[in-house]
Amino acid sequence: MIDFEPFYISAKLSLITTVLLFIIAFPVAYYLAHTKSRLKPVLEAVTALPIVLPPTVLGFYLLVALSENSPLGRFFADVFDVKLVFSFEGLVVASCFYSFPFMVQPLQAGLESMNRSIVEAAYTLGKSTWQTLLFVILPNIKPAILTATIITFAHTMGEFGVVLMVGGAIPGVTKVASVAIYDHVEMMDYMTAHVYSAILVTVSFLVLLTVYFLNRKAAKVLK
Amino acid sequence: MIRLNLTKRLKGAEGEFDLVFDQEIENGSFVALSGKSGSGKTTLLRMLAGLDVPDSGEIIVGDEVWVDTKKKINRKAQKRAIGFVFQDYSLFPNMSVRENIAFAAEEKRQVDLLLEMIELTELADRYPASLSGGQQQRVALARAVARRPKILLLDEPLSALDKSTRTKLQDEILKIHKAFGITTLLVSHDTSEIFKLATRMIELEAGRVTRVGTPSQLFSSSLGSRKFSFVGEVLEIKKEDIVYVISLAIGSSISEVVVSKEEAAKLSVGDKVMIASKAFNPVLKKI
Repeated sequence: MIDFEPFYISAKLSLITTVLLFIIAFPVAYYLAHTKSRLKPVLEAVTALPIVLPPTVLGFYLLVALSENSPLGRFFADVFDVKLVFSFEGLVVASCFYSFPFMVQPLQAGLESMNRSIVEAAYTLGKSTWQTLLFVILPNIKPAILTATIITFAHTMGEFGVVLMVGGAIPGVTKVASVAIYDHVEMMDYMTAHVYSAILVTVSFLVLLTVYFLNRKAAKVLK
Repeated sequence: MIRLNLTKRLKGAEGEFDLVFDQEIENGSFVALSGKSGSGKTTLLRMLAGLDVPDSGEIIVGDEVWVDTKKKINRKAQKRAIGFVFQDYSLFPNMSVRENIAFAAEEKRQVDLLLEMIELTELADRYPASLSGGQQQRVALARAVARRPKILLLDEPLSALDKSTRTKLQDEILKIHKAFGITTLLVSHDTSEIFKLATRMIELEAGRVTRVGTPSQLFSSSLGSRKFSFVGEVLEIKKEDIVYVISLAIGSSISEVVVSKEEAAKLSVGDKVMIASKAFNPVLKKI
């Protein structure tokens, strides 16, 4: 009997992370795409760090930062009564850091390649910043949004090191699919590990296929 | 009446310079801004539109103060009744021709009217990427006037188009200017375009106004003193033996002028020319 709960946790984690990250990363990407600040390379380097750091390094720092001995952990414990270490909420916070560049970079590239004067055109037509964002900017970077959200989702599905460091492997709480596979291999239960792995490969492939397929369609409309 | 009294420091190809502009523009007039690229023409338009902020000065449109740097007034672009046509058209790629215009229009009735006016009813459901440059710019023009602005700002709208498309669009611009009675400011390098469209011309050089007047005043002053001068359009260029005969439409009459082979080579049918005489032989000069 295969237990699908790790997949459910993985999917839930990825979905929440993707939605939160889109909201957090969009303003950052917008700023990076338009800033002329000399600090831009520094900011870009910082946002890209999670790509190159070993997940254990990121996980270790997050574990320290989120523990109740740190100001951030304290704050969450006091204000929201949420424990960020070895909890699902902690996994969400950690995943947001881990997948941040995968959301920011495609959005930034999309915004940079968008003709800036269509935003000005919307302003001269009397459209507010919000109207311009909703009806002009977002629809015109649709391929970038698709890429960013789907890659972020898939990347969060596949994370392992950070999750293990910050969340451990509490069944039904923080034990995601990738950690479950590791567990089963440790227990020499190759059969389950095979099934889990096959599912992950299939899902990942389908997700990527969707991205490239949709992007081709969107690119045709927007030239 | 639009009052502009502005200064702004600009970075040009040859270092920084100050744009200083102090002019009044009459309601309903068609003013051309000309001058070398980098002389501040586009910045002037952008400041009027609220897309750039002047360092100091004021913009007063009718009885509304749009900019007054002393009183820290700077009305947002959204709150200024302007229509802006960009050099690169800047249509919304995600919207069809109809949607582009409808996005700007306050009344939906206006959309069909405008589509008809710019003769794009048949292309209403096409997307900008599938249109030619001239078609895109016609849509941009219709979009710019869709919410009935007081001022129409045209930033070198036709410079990327070929000659015949340009001529057609000039007619559209004139049609729209007259139909809506919009005060129009046009940035252009093309003298025949300015001649055809504008009633007044302001020439800028490195941020300063060098000359102001009607286009014929300004263009003809370079011909020197003369007994008479008229503006006409070349109708026909005919070779007769060793000379060329140019038929000109001047007002409602047609005249013929003899020119040399070299002079004829510079002219083509449709050109605006000035015919002038100093002593005996009329001088023909392309304008």
